[in-house]
Amino acid sequence: MGYIAKIGLEMHCEVSETNTKVFSSARNSYSDIPNTNVRPVDMAFPGTLPVVNKEAVRMALMASMILNCKQPEYMYFERKNYYYPDLPKGFQLTQETKPIPVGIYGKVDFECDNEIKSVRVNNLHLEEDAASLDHYFSSSNIDYNRAGVPLLELVTEPDLHSADEAVSFLEHMRSVYQYAGISEADSKKGQIRCDVNVSIMDENLDEEDPKNWGTKIEIKNVNSFGGVRDAINYEIKRQTELKENGKYDEMEQQTRRWDEESGTTIYMRSKVDAIDYKYFVEPNIPKIKISKSWLEEIRKSIPEMALDRKKKYIEKYNLSEYDATVLVKEKNVSDYFEELVSNNIDVKVAANWVTVQVLGYINKHDISINDFYLKAKMLSTILKALESKKISSKQAKELFFKAIEEEKDPKELLESSDMTQITDEKEISDIVDKVMENNQAQIEEYKNGKTNLFDYFVGQVMRETRGKANPVITKKLISKYLEK
Amino acid sequence: MKYMNKSIEELHELLINKEITSDDLVKESLSLSHEVQEKCNAFVTILDEQKGGEVTDNLLSGIPYGVKDNYSTKGILSTGSSNTLKDYVPFFNATAIENLNKAGAIKVNKTAMDEFGMGGTGTTAHTGIIKNPWDTTRMCAGSSSGSAAAVAAGVYPYALGSDTGDSIRKPAAYCGIVGYKPTYGMISRYGLFPFASSLDHCGVLTRSVKDAAIVVDNMKGIDKNDMTSFDSSNINLYKSIDGNVKSKKLCYVKEIVDINRYKNASLELKEHLDNFYRTLDKLKKIGIEVEEVSVDEKILNALASVYVIISCAEATSNMSNLTGIIFGPRGKGDNYIDMMKDHRTKGFSPLIKRRFVIGSYVLQKENQERYFRNAQRVRRLLVDRWKELFKEYDGVILPVSSGPAKKLDGEVDILDEKTQILEEHLQIGNFGGFPSITIPNGFVNNLPVGINITGNCYDDANVLNIAYALESTMNYKGQIAKEVK
Repeated sequence: MGYIAKIGLEMHCEVSETNTKVFSSARNSYSDIPNTNVRPVDMAFPGTLPVVNKEAVRMALMASMILNCKQPEYMYFERKNYYYPDLPKGFQLTQETKPIPVGIYGKVDFECDNEIKSVRVNNLHLEEDAASLDHYFSSSNIDYNRAGVPLLELVTEPDLHSADEAVSFLEHMRSVYQYAGISEADSKKGQIRCDVNVSIMDENLDEEDPKNWGTKIEIKNVNSFGGVRDAINYEIKRQTELKENGKYDEMEQQTRRWDEESGTTIYMRSKVDAIDYKYFVEPNIPKIKISKSWLEEIRKSIPEMALDRKKKYIEKYNLSEYDATVLVKEKNVSDYFEELVSNNIDVKVAANWVTVQVLGYINKHDISINDFYLKAKMLSTILKALESKKISSKQAKELFFKAIEEEKDPKELLESSDMTQITDEKEISDIVDKVMENNQAQIEEYKNGKTNLFDYFVGQVMRETRGKANPVITKKLISKYLEK
Repeated sequence: MKYMNKSIEELHELLINKEITSDDLVKESLSLSHEVQEKCNAFVTILDEQKGGEVTDNLLSGIPYGVKDNYSTKGILSTGSSNTLKDYVPFFNATAIENLNKAGAIKVNKTAMDEFGMGGTGTTAHTGIIKNPWDTTRMCAGSSSGSAAAVAAGVYPYALGSDTGDSIRKPAAYCGIVGYKPTYGMISRYGLFPFASSLDHCGVLTRSVKDAAIVVDNMKGIDKNDMTSFDSSNINLYKSIDGNVKSKKLCYVKEIVDINRYKNASLELKEHLDNFYRTLDKLKKIGIEVEEVSVDEKILNALASVYVIISCAEATSNMSNLTGIIFGPRGKGDNYIDMMKDHRTKGFSPLIKRRFVIGSYVLQKENQERYFRNAQRVRRLLVDRWKELFKEYDGVILPVSSGPAKKLDGEVDILDEKTQILEEHLQIGNFGGFPSITIPNGFVNNLPVGINITGNCYDDANVLNIAYALESTMNYKGQIAKEVK
């Protein structure tokens, strides 16, 4: 007998695009020296109070709309009380489901293996991140830069059925957060973190009836998409084995931890030991009225999403489905491409250069396009020189790498170096004449039928001009010479 | 004593006319601080190095004052009278302190209090019991005990307090002075060590209603650091006081003051209530209508429990930051949990620990509906009832406590069931965030007693004006404690 897996996700995504933290005026910025983006409230000094960052609320409401959730009329925040060194106040400000958080009961469509799938959203809430901890052999370091960074937690219903679906959904959400200008959503920076719920049930039973569902296992601490995939696959396998050994029914509802090193999930606690967080409404934040007009304003400001852009690329730019998909996958890549297009670079050329050269380079070097030296404006310079035949396509590629390697503006390189193509017929003609005169023997052989010597003549001209002669003109002039 | 028994207006006049310098006032206040410390143990810190300041048009400029030790004062020890913060020197000022600095006010000491504002006796400070200057065998009540003792003893014209249940208004009564907490949010709570955030108020203890108005005018204001603060720039309490109370109406609650409800009432209680009715007659004489109203006894009887549940719940969460790790004395232990436990076990008094247990209990998932949520519902009922009264009346007037200051060697902090409502009714002012002022209205057994007027939110000026008019009919304005023992 086969089984179906039922998978639900709790996806935490840091809101990276606000200037300040969610309840503090400290800067919201990732890559600083530890413990520099800290205000007294972030370390819970006595008498400090939370102040809600309106921009974070705006972004959270926008995400709620994109997920087709219902937005609240009044917004509250609640205290989740527990002791941990990463939480100086002794509680986290978050939102429980009652009163309703920033969004409830939504639905998201996403693509997986060229099929549109759908997942229901139970709720989306805005909360504060905790400090980050680095554990060493006998001590731990705490960095409060992250304490208080706005965090969106999205909780899905268990509507996903495989690791592939789960990862496709997460990729979709990452794209949503990026396109909406809410977050860089970079899991390398720890901006995305997931808890995964997995259960399995007999495939011949009705999936709609919760009575048929298996025992929910929650896996905490999964911090990469690869980890999500591995953890789900591991857990499905583990649970299937329990079923087959007749031990599944003994398994209690529990929380497990994903251990990246061993590639396994490890028992943490049973549901019976679940922590009572003693939630209650934060009294220092008065209820916030969310006006209809504000919601309308936010709705109107939702930017173009990946799927909108993809459609545009295919229908308006006549790009292939494949190229369009590659281009929109990361918003910053798509933005890069669009900047080339707005600089009047031919759409096909731009798409080709971004998908092959740019992505090739950043993937090879495992960097983000934000850290890529050659900005769209610089690439435009190269591509314009290519288009006007100032340089050959070979030279364009050389220039591309040279600019990156030396971190120099291609415009300067073009002006200073000898890279500019010779397109002047008279100039090339003079060189051709000179080369041919020095190769009388070869011309004889050519005329006697050894026609592959043609490329040799071209090569000689290129050597003479250090590759700068326009190859089309060169070839034309050599033919003309030989016909004389 | 030369000057510190005077009102703010009088002192300002003297300063402006250069009859005295701010330095002289500070010196006198510091020397009185040491005397009162000897006698009443009222202070955590006396700022002996403090100097006078510039005298400007601001009525508070150059005049000394005291700060309750739960206000965060930059560079000055701020303990909340707790061992958990016994060496804590904040690096920022509470907004109210910042505002008073701008006014040119000069702080001269930090006053002792019940630990973190919890407790109403003045016996739980880590520096020891605070004694009443009228009779040092008696308590000041709390939690603003040190502030009340110091103002009553004439150390300065005013000291800051905080009020979560009655922590300004009850000590004021026991010490024969004025205690005022304005509408919730009028003074920013940023930098006030929290006890129960939804009930906590900043306020002041003075010897006259006008002084209270002057001080709060200078403490108040919307604050970007406190979302519950509101813009009160259109309110000037001092200037609103004109003594004109024609056609004002007050009410008192029969279920609280009817002597027949207290079987075997003590002589003290009888005298206290008689005195209350005599004060009402004075009000009538100056043209204020006073009527008796009735409030459902059921919700009145629930009042004390509602307060305990809500305040303990918020307190247990608010004080979770006291771990001894980021600030406060580091506890001993091999891991952070043991260190925290050691810090908190040694740091808190038994009273606070008991309240944490209650707070934790009522917030637990299985108890929350029955206790915490129900308490919030009853809080709403009480507030709604009082708001209904405010539609018809300018304020509710009631006696404070069941008599004068209690003996320190009596059974402290154990409530007398029979008079509980008399002891606890001021908490309604915190439930609703209402402006509420206590003024002295006489003596029982040669000890001062007080009366309280509570009005509707944002109606502070009206409440103060009525209190001022009443104060003017009596001889207790500006009174300094005379030891009666």
